[in-house]
This record gives sequence, structure tokens and C-alpha cells, in this order.
Amino acid sequence: MGLFADKYPDVPYEEKLRLWEEVKADVRFPSVQYGCYECGICVAACPSARFYDFSPRKIAQAAGREDVELIYEQMNDDVWNCSQCFSCNRCPRQNSPGGLITILREVAVKNGLKSAKQALEGYSRIIYKIMGTGTQVSPDMLQPDAFPDWGPQVREVSADLELWRRALPPETHHTVSTGWQVDDKTVIELYLIWHHTGVMDMIAEVDEGLHMILNDVMEEKLEEAGYET
Amino acid sequence: MTATAGIIPYDAVNTSSSRKFERMAEYAPEDFHKHLFELEAEGEWIVQRVPEPYVEVMTKYGRKKKIPLELSWHHKSCGQCGHIPGYSTAIFWLNRKLNFKYLDPTDQTSCTAWNYYASATSNAAAQAGVAMRNFAAAYETGYYPIIHCGTSYGHYKETREELLHHAELRHQVRDIMRKLGKAMVMPEEIVHYSEWVHVVRDRIAANQTRDFSQISVAVHPACHYYKLVQEDAIYDPDIYGGQRTATVSALIVALGAQVRDYSTWFDCCGFGFRHILVQRDFTRSFATLRKIQVMKDEADPDVVITHDTGCVTTLDKSQFVGKAHGFNVGVPVMSDAQFAALAMGAHPYRVCQLHWHSTDYRPLLEKMGIDHERAWAEFQDDLKRLKNGEKEYLTWEDVDA
Repeated sequence: MGLFADKYPDVPYEEKLRLWEEVKADVRFPSVQYGCYECGICVAACPSARFYDFSPRKIAQAAGREDVELIYEQMNDDVWNCSQCFSCNRCPRQNSPGGLITILREVAVKNGLKSAKQALEGYSRIIYKIMGTGTQVSPDMLQPDAFPDWGPQVREVSADLELWRRALPPETHHTVSTGWQVDDKTVIELYLIWHHTGVMDMIAEVDEGLHMILNDVMEEKLEEAGYET
Repeated sequence: MTATAGIIPYDAVNTSSSRKFERMAEYAPEDFHKHLFELEAEGEWIVQRVPEPYVEVMTKYGRKKKIPLELSWHHKSCGQCGHIPGYSTAIFWLNRKLNFKYLDPTDQTSCTAWNYYASATSNAAAQAGVAMRNFAAAYETGYYPIIHCGTSYGHYKETREELLHHAELRHQVRDIMRKLGKAMVMPEEIVHYSEWVHVVRDRIAANQTRDFSQISVAVHPACHYYKLVQEDAIYDPDIYGGQRTATVSALIVALGAQVRDYSTWFDCCGFGFRHILVQRDFTRSFATLRKIQVMKDEADPDVVITHDTGCVTTLDKSQFVGKAHGFNVGVPVMSDAQFAALAMGAHPYRVCQLHWHSTDYRPLLEKMGIDHERAWAEFQDDLKRLKNGEKEYLTWEDVDA
């Protein structure tokens, strides 16, 4: 087996090429990928490179060479290690390996790659929270079983959560299931944006069950507000 | 290895050198303002002007950026409001104490960028749609958006770049805004609240009631503040010789505290968006080994100050595991807003809400001359009154009583 053997021989080359063409067609692609002269500054700055077998340089290089096989492998095996900090934007060629990875991830999600679904297992509660309430993080997520490595302080917070939330001076913060109080009309506008931009279809690819639940919740709210669904 | 007097590298913030490094205009990215106003002239969008009074600051390539003092529409942060609400409370408190009019809206969605960077279950059009929806909502009130979260701020700067340069994206978002009955509005500047804190730092210092001269600080700058759309961040030749963003550090200097440098200043905190939720070993390892332990070993600060939701959360919460492993950790973490509020005499629990933080902050409060036991007893009395129905909520009048 060669050093650069094809790790996904069962996937036809045409399919790998199609996905790469989809990445290149993204409106942001021209501004995240110029050329790479392999200086490695991105790797030096990258937090993920310290702990994972991960290299933003290799991803930028593969894209620069249009190595379709390697790009497909990276889209499955590597892109989810990126911590999206954009430290790699210090690239002297003004590439953004982090930005390229964002696009690679989106294409992976949109096309229902198994690796994307696996990477997002355990994450669906966040998607449900943002879609259902208009905020991504809420006080009631602070439960000891959700953050066991944050120590016993999380238990203290969760024990007195409702009371502590009422002890906040900003009027919009008297919430437990949302980060702040969000108007119903505002949540509906968020739904409509996600409907009209194809995001609901992306969620369907990642988690069909979640998509069904969200669709039901959203359709009900839209109908109540007099929108056609 | 522990830091000892004489080798603590705290002078970086006062760097000055005979060697001048000036960022030359021909290497600077284009000034987005030109295209911003051209598109307004072509009828593509409305540019919401920064209201007066404003202060002009210098950005990375010597350009000017307007920072409004008041009439601000506060674009809140999910993680701040949800998990570390003393952060947002302190921002509002500072506005109130400095007599600046502001709005805390309910017609505001999350920027959704945490979800976007974590899961990629979104796309450029959806993200731009969310940004423009929030900007339109601010415009409808006549108040100017000021962004609480570093991630929201960096993401909205990115989104502005995409909308400026891609007509098809702009038109797709315009069609969506029409369906929502909203105008296409782009603010003249995208302003982070820490930039507002930066421009009012002398007013904060003028109202300082607690002596911070013995307080040493390690500053952690947020990646999404200065690494995304790099030219649009505050730089000042008097702070780090203009070689690093001045935001946060300049405030610390103004409050008379000591800024201590450390070798991993430019490193990310390790938040990771998705990682802090489902690949947590990465986040806590990076935060401990590359940030907190380095700060402790090299600078031994009394406190870590930063200006982003994810950074406060990561650096504060990750220390429990570090402690369990016997690493050199145990430095409290808070935002510049909470630090500034404490300088101005804010209650550590009613305003700064430090009980939501994990790493022990009490030694710091003692060094600031704050009787934290009395303050906690006062807060417990507040909670009793809420519990027995005497009051439904703690109010702004209560916190300043």
C-alpha cells in the first residue's frame, strides 16, 4: 500500500470530483484559497495541530493542487478537527485554511456524508435550541451531566438556576430556557431565513429525526403567525 | 517553573523602540468604507451612520474607525447571557453609570455563529440573512448596533466582506429581507462592545473607586476579534508599540493595573465551538497547557482578562480538570467589562455575578479591597427576598442601593 493510497476506493472519482466542484462553486471560495507555498505558519499558529494529526497547510496544499482524492479524504477525516479560530489567517498569501474548511464542512453536511453525521452526533440539542428559541445557549443547559469536567460549581448553578436568573438586573435575562427573552415574531423571522436559504434541507441530511421535530414546531408557529408553509 | 520578580515579562505593553514598524498603505487591504458607500449610492442598501457623539480610533493600518458613545442597540451574546450573565450585566451597568442611553432589545436573534462554526449546518446566505435581520431590527429603533460577543463581531465582519463583494449573495439576502418586510441595512462600522470600553476607559478611570495598582493581569485577546478581517481592529502605537491589538490592554493600563506578558499571548483559548461541547478533551487540554499554565508559570497574574464569551468560558471552566491533574492553574477569569465595573465600585455578585464563574475569584476580590463575605451575605439577602415573594426580580435600583 503506497503512502498516499486512496482511503475511499469505494467512492467513485466522479463523486469526489462533484463534491470538490461544489466547494469551488461556493461564493466564498475565491477569497479563502489563493496559492500555498508551504511555509507552515498556519500550522505553527493552529491549536488543533498541537493535539490532532491535523494540518491546515495540507488542506490548503491539497486544494491548491486540486488533489481530488486527498480533498475527499480530508473532507471526511480531518475537517472536523479544526477549531475555527482563524489563527491560520496569518497566512502570508492571505489564504484562509479555516475558511476553506468551513466550506468543506458545509458541502459534507449538505451531501449527507457519514463522517459529517458522526461528527455531529451529540450536537443536535444545540441545533434544536437555536431553531426552537432563537438563542444557542441557555441557562438550563448548565447541568452537571452535560459538563461533568467543569466541576461541582455546575451543580451549584443548576440547583439554584431559576432563583439566580431572577437575581439578574437586565429585564431580558429573566429566562431559563433561552439566553435572553426573544420575541415570537423574531423567532419566526429566523425560521423563515433558514427555510428560504436551504438550511432545513441541510439539517435533514444530518439528522432526519431532528428535522421532523423542527419542521413540526416551525410549521405550527408559522401558521399561527399567518405565513404560508 | 514559577515566575519570580525581575524576570516577569510585564514590559511588553510599554514597548517602544528606535526601530519603527509602520504598516504601509500599499500593503493594506482595501478600505471597505469606499465600497460600502458606493453600494448605498447605487440603492443596494442603507448605511446606518454611527450616531454622534462618537470617538475615532485607529485600526491596524492607521485608518480611522468611529465608535459611538451612546444610543447603542445591544446585540447580546448567547453564551454570556446564558452562562456568564455577569458579563452582559456589567456592560449594561457601565452604560448606566456613565449615563449613556442604550437599548436592550428582545427583537434580537443569536448571530448563530457558534452553531455555524461548530456544525456547518448553515450557509453563507443564512448567516448573512441573520446578520442583516438583526441590523434592520436595530435600524428600526434608531439605535446603533453594538456587538457583545467576539464571535458575533468577527463573523459579522466576515459577512460584511461577503456581502460587499458578492452581488448574487446580496440580492439573495435582499429578497429574503423583502419577504420579512425589512430594509437592507449595513452599519457604517461593526462595533464590538470592548471597543466602546476602550474609548471610554478614561471616563471609567475617572470614576474608579477601587485601587488596582497591586493587581496584575494577563490579557487574552479573542481570536475572532482581531484575526478575522484583521485590518478592522483597534491598534495604538502607545500600547505594545502598535504591534498587537490595543483593545483590553489599554483599559488595564488606564485602570492602573499591571499588564503582564506571556509567551502564548497570540494563541487561541481552545474553545473550538464544537470541541467545547463534544470533543472536550481538546478544549480543556489546550486551555490548560497552552494558556493558563503558561500564564501562571511565566507571569503569575492575579486575574486573566479577556473580551469574548467563549474565551471567558473556556479559560475559567477548564481549570477544574487542570487542578485535578495537578497542573499549575487557579487564576480567576473575567471580562474587561466586569473588571471595569469592579474598578468603579460595582457589587461583585449583584452586578458582576461572579458566582456563575468557576475558578476561585475571592483572593482577587480581597486584593481589590472588597469584603466578599459581606457582599455574598447581601446577595443572599436579595435571594431570600426573591424566594419569599417580596420581590419578583432584582432590579437596577437594587444593585446600586
